[in-house]
Amino acid sequence: MKFPVTFLLSASIGLQAVAGPVRFNRDIRPILSDKCFVCHGPDENKRKANLRLDTEGGLAKALIPGQEGKSELYLRITHKDPEETMPPPDSGKPLSAKERELVRQWIREGAGWEGHWAWIPPVKPPVPDILGITDTDRFLNRRIQADGAEFAPQADPHTLVRRLHLDITGLPPGPEVVRKFVNAPSREAYSRIVDGLLASPHFGERLAIMWLDLVRYADSVGYHKDRLRECWMYRDYIIGAFNDNMPYDRFIVEQLAGDLLKWDKPAPNQYLVASGLNRMIQTTSEGGAQAKEYIAKYAADRVRNTAAIFLGTTMGCAECHDHKYDPFSMEDFYSMAAFFADIKESGVGYPAHTPMPTEQILAEKARLEGELANASDPEEKKTLEEALKKVSDTKTWPQTLVTMRAAPRVIRVLPRGNWLDDSGEERLPAIPAYFGKIDTGEERATRLDLAKWIASDKNPLTARVFVNRVWKLYFGKGLSRNLDDFGAQGDWPTHPELLDWLAVDFMENGWDIKRLVRQIVMTEAYQRSSAHPSSGELFEKQTAFRLEAELVRDNALAISGLLSSKIGGRSVKPYQPANYWFRLYNTGRYDQDHGEELYRRGVYTLWRRSFWHPSLQAFDAPSREECVANRPISNTPLQALVLLNDPTFVEAAKAFASRLLMLGEMDASGRLAEAYRLALSREPSDEETHILLSLLAKHHSAFSSDTKAAQELLANGESKSDPKLDPVELAAWTSVARTILNLHETITRD
Amino acid sequence: MLRQTFLHQTAAGLGGIALGNLLQAGDTHPSQQHFIAKAKRVIFLYMAGGPSHLETFDNKPKLKELDGQPMPESFTKGQPIAQLQGKTLTCRAPYFDFKKHGASGQEMSTVFRFIPKVADDLCIIRSMHTGAINHDPAHTFLNTGTTISGRPSMGSWLLYGLGSPSQDLPGFVVMTSTGGGQNQPIASRQWHSGFLPGQYQGVHFNSTGDPVLYVRNPKGVSVANQRDIVDTASALNHLRGKQVPDPEIDTRISQYELAFRMQMSVPGLMDVSNEPKHILDLYGTKGADGTFAGNCLLARRLAERGVRFIQLYHRGWDHHGGIEKGLPATVQHIDQGSAALVQDLKQRGMLDDTLIVWAGEFGRTPMAQGSGRDHHMKAFSLWIAGGGIRPGITFGTTDELGYNTEQNPVSVHDLHATMLHLLGIDHKRLTFRYQGRYFRLTDVAGELVHGILG
Repeated sequence: MKFPVTFLLSASIGLQAVAGPVRFNRDIRPILSDKCFVCHGPDENKRKANLRLDTEGGLAKALIPGQEGKSELYLRITHKDPEETMPPPDSGKPLSAKERELVRQWIREGAGWEGHWAWIPPVKPPVPDILGITDTDRFLNRRIQADGAEFAPQADPHTLVRRLHLDITGLPPGPEVVRKFVNAPSREAYSRIVDGLLASPHFGERLAIMWLDLVRYADSVGYHKDRLRECWMYRDYIIGAFNDNMPYDRFIVEQLAGDLLKWDKPAPNQYLVASGLNRMIQTTSEGGAQAKEYIAKYAADRVRNTAAIFLGTTMGCAECHDHKYDPFSMEDFYSMAAFFADIKESGVGYPAHTPMPTEQILAEKARLEGELANASDPEEKKTLEEALKKVSDTKTWPQTLVTMRAAPRVIRVLPRGNWLDDSGEERLPAIPAYFGKIDTGEERATRLDLAKWIASDKNPLTARVFVNRVWKLYFGKGLSRNLDDFGAQGDWPTHPELLDWLAVDFMENGWDIKRLVRQIVMTEAYQRSSAHPSSGELFEKQTAFRLEAELVRDNALAISGLLSSKIGGRSVKPYQPANYWFRLYNTGRYDQDHGEELYRRGVYTLWRRSFWHPSLQAFDAPSREECVANRPISNTPLQALVLLNDPTFVEAAKAFASRLLMLGEMDASGRLAEAYRLALSREPSDEETHILLSLLAKHHSAFSSDTKAAQELLANGESKSDPKLDPVELAAWTSVARTILNLHETITRD
Repeated sequence: MLRQTFLHQTAAGLGGIALGNLLQAGDTHPSQQHFIAKAKRVIFLYMAGGPSHLETFDNKPKLKELDGQPMPESFTKGQPIAQLQGKTLTCRAPYFDFKKHGASGQEMSTVFRFIPKVADDLCIIRSMHTGAINHDPAHTFLNTGTTISGRPSMGSWLLYGLGSPSQDLPGFVVMTSTGGGQNQPIASRQWHSGFLPGQYQGVHFNSTGDPVLYVRNPKGVSVANQRDIVDTASALNHLRGKQVPDPEIDTRISQYELAFRMQMSVPGLMDVSNEPKHILDLYGTKGADGTFAGNCLLARRLAERGVRFIQLYHRGWDHHGGIEKGLPATVQHIDQGSAALVQDLKQRGMLDDTLIVWAGEFGRTPMAQGSGRDHHMKAFSLWIAGGGIRPGITFGTTDELGYNTEQNPVSVHDLHATMLHLLGIDHKRLTFRYQGRYFRLTDVAGELVHGILG
């Protein structure tokens, strides 16, 4: 073994930066990337001393394996002379002692090189021969045991049921479901709950939140006046695809190139609607905007976001210069842009919409056609013909954004990203050269070729990136913490073998998303308690996290019983503070919806990019201008103001209170217990009951002496409460309900 | 840290906690102050729409000489042009004369009546240039240092770097006004925190109606009633915190307390009835009435209460046509308030540690666009005053027609670097890692503008 040698040479084993051999990808590449690649990396124009450290050959010129004392790389990073030392002091990126030691140890151990992990196609590693309920657990347990971390116990049954519901459908479980499981918890019962949730039409709604953030779905154009546009059919397509468990590879192809697919079955409409992805860009109709400039902006938007959505890769830098860290050149950037050069659009102006029949319209049409075929009475025939004409009139159909084709525009490299400069070389569609070439013979490669390359099991990134993001939904963090950068600057995954195993397994099993979710939630790791003092870095415990913005809303509406279960349709306009849109130039009128539309899930709320709904914004929902893979989770006073004062939440409290009072004969503690079951899936403690009963008594007395206040409180929101209920009683219970809806636990998934 | 103390105080009814510090509870990065600050806060008077430098602060006699003649092609060939693209380009004389003011002799157009009174306090920069020619991207560029969406605005960067000293108000407050011109849209992304955590986003204050979204209690809910709800929720959260180790619970409790304090203090902030008449007269306002002047007064009150970054947008400077009447109409809305703010802060000794910036997103073309001027990104003027700025100077020049910057050009990144410097921050070291890269407000550019430092 090397041990004695290392000991003799370094004269201090304590200096060794990592126990066991240094691994290039885990330990060395991040240092080189962060500290050296800016001058010695992929960017040819910025490369100093003709030295690059991002390739095996380049590194070989800077070191002699086994001999750090003769390796220029090591000599320079340890040099005392500020003129000689690397990185130069003015770079502001000095190496730490630990980093220098890692480099030393790595050279000493032979300076083994590896290609960047995420760019090598994943291979299924053997499942560790270690105890674990699922194969996934065996990977996780190996690392937890090796690091000597402490396992958290399994979570309480009620926590598990609530967690599963909030994670898979984004809606809380009913008390009956919880009671049944708590009375007889078993793996079988748990598994049945999982199957039920995966079959629920609300599964797609929950997963869509993630996808709509990635593709920057919004109901407005984005720039300047930010006019509203119509593309909710694309949103419904996403929800439907997840619900139908469309394989992920198919899902990719339909969205990037649905318009290029052969139209067999199902109906071609689905493909066209799916191709709306390419139209999710921001557009402008600002006076004085130059079409040429915006055509360039749209092209860059698509390259940047397509790479981010599907490949977890940052290509945006290469619009103006070769990427500083990853092997993407400017040529690569504009070659990618050329794939989208066939999309018909104008640089400046309101985006063109396409009439599209809904399922209902098509069904109605088919019905009328059938009846007409069988009709004999001329009068009846005439009536049917007229009805058919009406339903077939595209002017009565809703519209959506789809990809329409034109002759491909010429795409040139824009020097420094300057759209005025036509001197750059013309580019044809091609994937980044690092990944090879799509062979299309003499034919120009198309978006369909690009889509197929992305959705191929040969693509090293696609499955890993997706699996990692899905994993995050169920653990609060990915196996690689960077959900949006699998490049050299991204974090090394805590469990690279597991990520690869899951990614390959996902592909081998037909890119089956529901199977993947099932695989994750059936692990013992998923079921661990989050209430444990360990760090959770290795998934030895679960992590509690605040619900996403839309789910904060859905949860309150569900608890109150107000939530509409309607799936899909036009985006809706719930209560919104008066004048919130008034800064928008004569497009600021907000016609709030009424009735059931006020109680739809957050995923259906109209998303205006310049002023997206303030209650969603307060809870970190993004503007949807750029791909977002990882919403921040903040904890702010504005969130408190929303939960305390937004009419949606006040009305939900009122409805929640009515719901409790309509339970029939029982005392106040009984109602409180039911409130806790509805909101938190658990029983309240005596102390909690006591605190809330005190509030109830206090507010009962206050509202008794001020019945006008009680009436005013109950007038919040458009829904009417049962007139049989005593207003003072209902108002006092509304205070209790408001308190419960404001609890940290209520908006937290434990 | 103070978990013990904190919980103790929570149990005791949440008294006396330094809530300003807790505005960023949950965020553990230390204050990123790198050297001694000259200024503690910024008031950014944002003249949205693009004020013409040629009618305000950049005197161009040569342009007058060439009035009506073709614009020399040497200036415009191959240049980005907005609405004038494809049109005949003709020089247009400045619509107003210029005069020198104060001991410093600073030149300003006769369109201003009040700002000249503070000429000796201002540093006028005539050599600004920017990176975008249309409003929306140019706003984004001035606020975030890039035209790509999703990046944090300068106020958010500042809060991220320095935190908020305010006890009961957000650290980054935005107000908007209109009047005298077109109401060009301003998107909330202009004060958004982008990829930075949400606690750093700007909070929009309305000067009429509810001052802050959701700040008013629901109908039928009294102050005492609301206090009970907050206290009960906090008591229950506190109990929960004893069961599960989650630092977010303590943060939640403190954020509810801060929210409640905001509910209590914001109406008082907006109520200017205790301001003496001579102060109201100085600003030329009757109070917080949604005008720019009223907002200037509120800005002073926000500054007094420790708010770190205050941004007042006035939407009305997009003079494509009718500039001769339109520009003075807009000026009438902002002139007195801008000057009064400088005077009022000065008389309170606050100008020394407050940085006031008066700027729009770009300038306007020397070429006529009918009776107006088109967007222009190659040159524009702004003024800056207060903490650490050399007063009474005019910095930088443009060419004889005001088309391109000539001496001492100042980019938006340079402006940002200098503002951060005055607040004690090295712009190269204020970074946030996102998508594998360390981002900063100044992107990969930005030079300190030494010439304007006091």
